[in-house]
Amino acid sequence: MKLDPKQYNKMVRRAAPRSPVLKDCLWAFFVGGTICLLGEGLRNLYLIWYDQELAGTLTSISLIFLAAVCTMLGWYQKLGAKAGAGSLVPITGFANSVVSPAVEFKAEGWVTGVGARIFAIAGPVIAFGTLASWVWGFLYWAMNKG
Amino acid sequence: MNYLWAFVVGGLICVLGQLLLDYTSLTPARILTGYVVSGVVLSAVGAYKPLVTFAGAGASVPLLGFGHLLAQGVERAVDEIGLPGIFTGGLTAAAGGITASLVFAILCALIGKSRDQS
Repeated sequence: MKLDPKQYNKMVRRAAPRSPVLKDCLWAFFVGGTICLLGEGLRNLYLIWYDQELAGTLTSISLIFLAAVCTMLGWYQKLGAKAGAGSLVPITGFANSVVSPAVEFKAEGWVTGVGARIFAIAGPVIAFGTLASWVWGFLYWAMNKG
Repeated sequence: MNYLWAFVVGGLICVLGQLLLDYTSLTPARILTGYVVSGVVLSAVGAYKPLVTFAGAGASVPLLGFGHLLAQGVERAVDEIGLPGIFTGGLTAAAGGITASLVFAILCALIGKSRDQS
């Protein structure tokens, strides 16, 4: 069979696996959306008894608890393999990033293993988030003073 | 209706993260850090509060919401105690989430066995 380069390119394109980006995004959308939907359900439940702020905090704590249990059982990692950013970006992904090293580095001891590694990923998040809030706090103070 | 917007907005924020994963060489840790800092900035310019009002947990559960929480906390502390508030407000607001992650992680480490994290 004789092929000119154009035909050949066409065949290669047909045989190559389809771009996974769309599939990745659909997974991220549905898993991320579902986690937020669960959060909204919990928030509305807590709003029956508590004010907005406390309901928000309790929602976060509940989701973190669920993510911790799922991480310990190895479920969250399996979900993450499919869901990508859908399980990374919600607060449950933050919890997963704290629980994973805690369980993983237990073998290296409580202080030098668990203690030192527990915030390996969450640490930078807290560090730069807090720094940004400090900068904004200063600007906010300066703006209101003037 | 609130539930629909929580789902859609939360989902879209995650799709944005997925696009960053697929099209850039940013690692998950960098994306998380970027989300929190972006949340602080969006909150500071007044863009995030309306989104939280509109989408509830759809905006507050993704890590952008964590940044929003930090920014709101520091604003409140500055309102209450002035300049020293810039040192206390952010982490005070975030304390619940950070402490919960820490405590549950330690409990999991006590109960759980090390396993392949990949």
